[in-house]
Amino acid sequence: MSTLASEIVRDTSAVSAADLARGGRVSGTIGDITTPDPRMVCRGVNVWYGAKQAIKDVGLDIGKNQVVAMIGPSGCGKSTFLRCLNRMNDTIDGCRVQGSIQLDGQEIYDKRVDPVPLRAQVGMVFQKPNPFPKSIYENVAYGPRIHGLTNSKAELDALVETSLQKAGLWNEVKDRLDQPGTGLSGGQQQRLCIARTIAVSPEVILMDEPCSALDPIATAIIEELIDELREQYAIAIVTHSMQQAARVSQRTAYFHLGDLVEVGETNQIFTNPQHRLTEDYITGRFG
Amino acid sequence: MRTATQPPAPRRTIDIVNASLKRRYARERRFRFMGAAAVALGLLFVAILFADITLKGYTAFQQTYIEVPVYFDPATIDPAGSRDPQALAAADYLAVVKASMRRLFPDVTERSQLRELYALVSAGAPQQLQSMALRHPGVIGTTRDVWLIAAGDVDMLVKGHLDRALPEADRRIKDSSILLLDRLAADGRIEKRFNTGFFTNGTSREPELAGIAGALAGTFYTLVLTLLFSFPLGVGAALYLQEFAPKNRWTDLIEVNINNLAAVPSIVFGLLGLAVFINFFGVPRSTPLVGALVLGLMTLPVIIIASRAALQSVPPSIREAALGVGASPLQTQFHHVLPLAMPGIMTGAIIGMARALGESAPLLMIGMIAFIVDVPQGFTDSATVLPVQIYLWADSPERGFVERTSAAILVLLGFLVLMNLAAVLLRRRFERRW
Repeated sequence: MSTLASEIVRDTSAVSAADLARGGRVSGTIGDITTPDPRMVCRGVNVWYGAKQAIKDVGLDIGKNQVVAMIGPSGCGKSTFLRCLNRMNDTIDGCRVQGSIQLDGQEIYDKRVDPVPLRAQVGMVFQKPNPFPKSIYENVAYGPRIHGLTNSKAELDALVETSLQKAGLWNEVKDRLDQPGTGLSGGQQQRLCIARTIAVSPEVILMDEPCSALDPIATAIIEELIDELREQYAIAIVTHSMQQAARVSQRTAYFHLGDLVEVGETNQIFTNPQHRLTEDYITGRFG
Repeated sequence: MRTATQPPAPRRTIDIVNASLKRRYARERRFRFMGAAAVALGLLFVAILFADITLKGYTAFQQTYIEVPVYFDPATIDPAGSRDPQALAAADYLAVVKASMRRLFPDVTERSQLRELYALVSAGAPQQLQSMALRHPGVIGTTRDVWLIAAGDVDMLVKGHLDRALPEADRRIKDSSILLLDRLAADGRIEKRFNTGFFTNGTSREPELAGIAGALAGTFYTLVLTLLFSFPLGVGAALYLQEFAPKNRWTDLIEVNINNLAAVPSIVFGLLGLAVFINFFGVPRSTPLVGALVLGLMTLPVIIIASRAALQSVPPSIREAALGVGASPLQTQFHHVLPLAMPGIMTGAIIGMARALGESAPLLMIGMIAFIVDVPQGFTDSATVLPVQIYLWADSPERGFVERTSAAILVLLGFLVLMNLAAVLLRRRFERRW
């Protein structure tokens, strides 16, 4: 671990020299962080856990109908950044967020903004499938119910059905909606969590390594699903798998030790990375 | 004989391991044996305790009765012939008992002998006749064979707790009384029956009339209130401290103090109850209400600590899931975290209540030690509880109270076992639902 860290640090310094020759900064981001039609706009985001800075001056747009993949070695801050986007970091003691994060022009860290409705707009799917230990129906119906999205049982039933359909789970569970969600397989659980998230019709969906606990077949299904969901939602996904990033995303952001090193079209990042660190990572030299 | 020294063969790892293996296994066997021995010893002591109490106490579940042909003399019971319940209740049934006993033994005429004869039946016998006459006024004027409760000493003699071989002066029962009893026994007029009175009577000065109904009712009222006071408060406090309160020096201090409170001797809570609830707030003393306030205070830290542990064991992914779909922190807690923590919380609460059930020291301070014959009917009636009743009976000199003390302990232990069993089952049933 420590040797790896020192290697990375050495790499960074080596790169910084090359970078400086190109006239860029080490901590500055290469590539275009903006997107033409952004849902979320982040600028100069810094995050500290206590005294430790986890994210340094990160700026990134999350666009409509597009998937942004965030890749990078462990501890690079990609999950931290993702959790800033719906203020899930609020629940962590000693976490401090600085900078500007806007959802449709509204500053989400503004004191007047309530994180509860924010999280209804910016949904999240977690690394480990975490269905509630309740029935499949209740899992999906919970969000709409607490937000009062439906007026009748029939409406709620319909919403549960469409959500499960969008998550590609309906055909598998339609006959056992009253059975516990925790009894499903890992991949089904994760799709149930996705159905639960889209049941409240968010604008942005954040996914924190949604396939890391799944087998390749379940992963393929979820990836297909992500591609379909893109038509309606803005999606930001953190992943450890570069192949996955290449498969599902339109834009890719490479994080390294809290810095957002490079952003670009996924094709370009994987075929023609500008930064040495990005290149080393995607070619598997470390990480 | 010396053999030629050869260069020592390099020792292989497997040889070294094999050499030490025996010792390692021996150590493991020793440890296992000691563990098993400790458990066996503990079980043995529990078995001895239970056997001792059961042996001493089981006889209390039977009571000696004497069959007496009772003539319900209208002249004594209802001279006016009105069958007015009030008149019937006020009649002199003791005289009826005495007359019936005299009729049973016409040869006994001497005054002191008569007194012994009357003393064979319990002081509760007239009451038996009274309730008979009140319930069925038709018996008046007839002669009925009635099984009257035997006096405490007679009961003890029949059960073999009093030794006939002792010299008369050292015995609580006279030779002449034994003679009378033997005559009754020969007639088949003495019988041991199930002691329903033990479960339906309040306490009494007479062991044969003493029962645990009053103590049970007092315990019930006290525990209900204790649960009502300590459960919501304890769970609420745990929820706030665990999930909402900022983690700083103040909450640390509070946590330390809660842990301290759980270890405070219970008598101190009694003193607190006396000073605060009775003397300052004027809560009526000796009542289940004040007892529950004190026991509730005592149980509170137990419930808080158990609830916090239960809340802590709910995986954070559940909280994240709920927050992630936009549940407010309170909704997250009440819809998801609390239901999952409930088995643990209930287990803690039951264990806390079991502790409160067995507690006597703090209640002595707040007057629940009073001698109360009536079965309490509410939360503000004077009452006593089972452990205090045991304490009181254990203090009584009559031989009859020894078996009753043990029997009451059996009942108390029975309830404790039931409660702890419920706690274990609850834990087993709901373990790891996620």
